Amino acid sequence: MPQSEQNIQDTIRPDASPDVPGPGDAVQQPLIRFEKVVKQYGDNVVLRELDFTVQPGQRVTLIGPSGSGKTTILRLLMTLEQIDGGVIWVNGDPLSHMYKGDHLVPANEKYQRAVRKKIGMVFQQFNLFPNMTVRRNITEAPIHSLGVPRGEADERAAELLDMVGLKERIDEHPTRLSGGQQQRVAIARALAMRPEILLLDEVTSALDPELVAGVLDVLREIARTTDITMLAVTHEMGFARDVSHRVLMFDHGRILEDGPPDQIFGEPREERTKSFLHAVLESG
Amino acid sequence: MDWDFIVEAMPALLAGLRYTVLATVMGYALALVLGLVVAMVRKGAPPTVAKTVFWIMEFIRCTPLLVQLFFVFYVLPSAGIALTPLTAGVIALGVHYAAYTAEVYRSGLDGVPKGQWEAARALSLPGVRTWTSVILPQAIRRVIPALGNYLIAMFKDTPLLFAITVPELLFEANRLGGENFKYLETISAVGVLFIVVSVLSAIGIRFLERRYAAV
Repeated sequence: MPQSEQNIQDTIRPDASPDVPGPGDAVQQPLIRFEKVVKQYGDNVVLRELDFTVQPGQRVTLIGPSGSGKTTILRLLMTLEQIDGGVIWVNGDPLSHMYKGDHLVPANEKYQRAVRKKIGMVFQQFNLFPNMTVRRNITEAPIHSLGVPRGEADERAAELLDMVGLKERIDEHPTRLSGGQQQRVAIARALAMRPEILLLDEVTSALDPELVAGVLDVLREIARTTDITMLAVTHEMGFARDVSHRVLMFDHGRILEDGPPDQIFGEPREERTKSFLHAVLESG
Repeated sequence: MDWDFIVEAMPALLAGLRYTVLATVMGYALALVLGLVVAMVRKGAPPTVAKTVFWIMEFIRCTPLLVQLFFVFYVLPSAGIALTPLTAGVIALGVHYAAYTAEVYRSGLDGVPKGQWEAARALSLPGVRTWTSVILPQAIRRVIPALGNYLIAMFKDTPLLFAITVPELLFEANRLGGENFKYLETISAVGVLFIVVSVLSAIGIRFLERRYAAV
């Protein structure tokens, strides 16, 4: 895979050091802040008064049994779901709400569209647009959502595809690509919007085992060469360990444990974390 | 069977067929556009609007086309809306069939995976762009065959326009038959002309399907 670092220059910080803020360093304003966030589907409470913050540049992995609310957190940040209580803040601005005078009211669609431009998401099922070529999948949103000129968007698409190792597939339709290739295009598509926050929702879960590594390599490369903030829900514990600054263990809509990967994977404090990791590593 | 008479009557029958085809094409165009608007409103508009539109369409589907034709042509003038027979016919056909094409479009829209909407949202694509470049191209491809069936169904319903005095094919055939006491010839010719146009349309639809229906 071609590893051309200058291809993602705008999100790049060439000397991006791995010692970006850890969970304890609350010096800067957090990029993401969940404040007593409640989410429920009918009677099923998925998140109960959840509080947590993420610093700019931090790469956070969310682990935990299914149904523990990890994916819901990403979907709330992407505004694919609306919250039932509390407030979500991004960069000091409310995401779930907007100001009316000086109090907060639930955000409307127009407001959310503006705020979520800073956030990109890669889905488990890729969700590429099958009716468009790979190129147009990547350029559609920059052109029509950010107003980037077509030539510039095309150029950027070519650079991003080069980074994910699919330069020569630019004029094909996604259906002609393997799952792993589709997911790499989806990553390029998300990055084309130059988001500050990249949400990764079980991005390798739908892939055949032999295709997983290619996708994880691309993500490792992005982690190495950019300071983009990442929130990843994943069962790839090796990847979580290599790439993240911080691991959050969820259970029943609450954060059970929060710490650097070495601690969570090496010496988990909670019994529940231990048994979960044991089960996951056993099956993986 | 008087073959000479059929030859003699052909110009008048073809003039009638022109109206038949004209009413079908315009009525179908209206049904395609209006049905799409209805399906989009039902999917995207606030619930009260969507529900209202649903009941209007349900009402249209549950009343006969002939009654609707009479309503548009004979009742609307009393409300100050006087239409020519052809215009009234096209409107009634278009609105009636829109109630059906809307259902076809709806199934097409429902067939677009939820992930497509979510991806568009995650990319902050504007609403109009989401519809025109992501959702509709995928939805419409799926339903071209079903929409084509309604074209032929509508074509076969055009003789009803006879009832509101549109000089279409059956109208002409009936006139010529009555004037010359030769119903066998004229009505048989109507049947044959309908078959010819239907078969040609079916071939055209098959071509469109092959050209566009594959995703």
